[in-house]
Amino acid sequence: MTPTEIKETLDREFPGSVIDNEELAESQIELKPDQWLEIATYLKNDPGLNFDQLECVTGIDTGEDGPLQSRYNFHSMEHRHKIEVVISLDRNNPKVASIEQVWRVGDWFERETYDMFGIIYEGHRDLRRILCPEDWEGWPLRKDYEAQETYHGIVVPKIKEEEWE
Amino acid sequence: MGVVQGDQMVLNIGPQHPSTHGVLRLKVWTDGEIVSEIKPYIGYLHRCFEKHSENVTYEQVIPFTDRCDYIASMNNNFGYVVTMEELMEIKVPERVEYIRVIMAELNRIASHLLALGVYGLDVGAFTPFLYMFRDRERILDIFELTCGARLLYNYMWVGGVSHDLPKDFERICIGFLDYFEPKIKEYNDLLTHNKIFLERTADVGVLPPDVAINFGVSGPNLRGSGVNWDVRKDEPYSIYDRFEFEIPLGEGEFGTVGDSFDRYWVRMCEMKESIKIIRQAIKDLPDGDVFQTIPKKIRPPKGSIYRRTESPRGDLGYYIISDGSPIPYRVKMRSPAFTALSSLGEIAQGWMLSDVIAILGSLDIVLGEIDR
Repeated sequence: MTPTEIKETLDREFPGSVIDNEELAESQIELKPDQWLEIATYLKNDPGLNFDQLECVTGIDTGEDGPLQSRYNFHSMEHRHKIEVVISLDRNNPKVASIEQVWRVGDWFERETYDMFGIIYEGHRDLRRILCPEDWEGWPLRKDYEAQETYHGIVVPKIKEEEWE
Repeated sequence: MGVVQGDQMVLNIGPQHPSTHGVLRLKVWTDGEIVSEIKPYIGYLHRCFEKHSENVTYEQVIPFTDRCDYIASMNNNFGYVVTMEELMEIKVPERVEYIRVIMAELNRIASHLLALGVYGLDVGAFTPFLYMFRDRERILDIFELTCGARLLYNYMWVGGVSHDLPKDFERICIGFLDYFEPKIKEYNDLLTHNKIFLERTADVGVLPPDVAINFGVSGPNLRGSGVNWDVRKDEPYSIYDRFEFEIPLGEGEFGTVGDSFDRYWVRMCEMKESIKIIRQAIKDLPDGDVFQTIPKKIRPPKGSIYRRTESPRGDLGYYIISDGSPIPYRVKMRSPAFTALSSLGEIAQGWMLSDVIAILGSLDIVLGEIDR
């Protein structure tokens, strides 16, 4: 199926869940966060779609007051089609359903996105930091992130803007 | 594997332990000698690759990709430049494509040699490790001749490569292949068909195909479970559609499909296929200017792209978002070893502690790539 057909199917099965976003590419679909777990289960189990591979989960910070995004790349080994799902979340309360139990690879992917962006995946059975230490403060890949000054008495080096240019 | 009821013991393996292949910590719950649960703790080698990428220009990201998977740097460069070129719609000269494929396949052989040698070491065979390192050295010599570096190459650039091939490269490379091809038989005699090795690996740590796909396992680990999936064949990038090569699959020759031996065996067979590809590429290698399409300034158009390529460890994906400036807005690397390690808890459950080391080794993880 082409991305447009997949989009139409989802719009038919879950009315009102697909958001039109002109900025996105053809292969991307923006969805509302509320029905995400049901849609994800449908993407995996529907024989016509059969997305058995979750390739990648990426978090994105769209800028100062913009939303955080959680993006998922799916691929079907049987039908050889792929789709990218974009879910925008409120920056001050980023919460979305976890799909860790649908695709088990989502477990670590979601932990990584939580670690870097602070997106909370509801229903995840073991949502802890994965790359940073467990008591690290802040969400490093957010654009407004500022590193903490000390960590257990060790000074965290500050990078000055000029040094990079 | 009978069920024994007794006290649970929590055991800590790593972060400094030779069989964890780097700084990996495994928390293992055991019942006697039988493992009931494993939790890997990672992040000891986290160097903020993605955060760094948001502060440097696009071309400066390439050396960082080298350092992610330091065993197969060429393949990491390859994935990044292929993704960037697709985003910028650059068509590189034929010669560059061929050089890249030759380098990537040579690096695949070097990476598999290390993986197989160290795997032998993990299960107690010391000699094959020395043999394989001897031959890997020759590949590193070829890389050194080409770009001056032996481990971290920074060789492939967006739109080209950093150096043209040295004089006489074809002769040296063919010379190596002629030397190396019969050596595979030697490894098989020495390690593959060794009874102790077979006892340690066959039927140990079976990864069924559906579980493998669900856990996002890719590359030789996935093919070891009998799933015919190779990005080079199924979603060809660069010029891989021009070459003839087979995809070796696990067949459960000495045990069950998807056991540790199958994962090992797929890697051994893949080296032969890489030799085939390099021979074809050298035969057709065209002339040309390798610097012709290197852009003066890299400013990709606004947009995002996700592309995956086949590294020796599996699907290596890059997610790049550009906002039109010379500095990337976001670079995400989808690392194949990361997903492979996440499946360890599932595969290793119920096995003896010593088998856990054999299973972990068969997954061929590189911590630099997991922690980034």
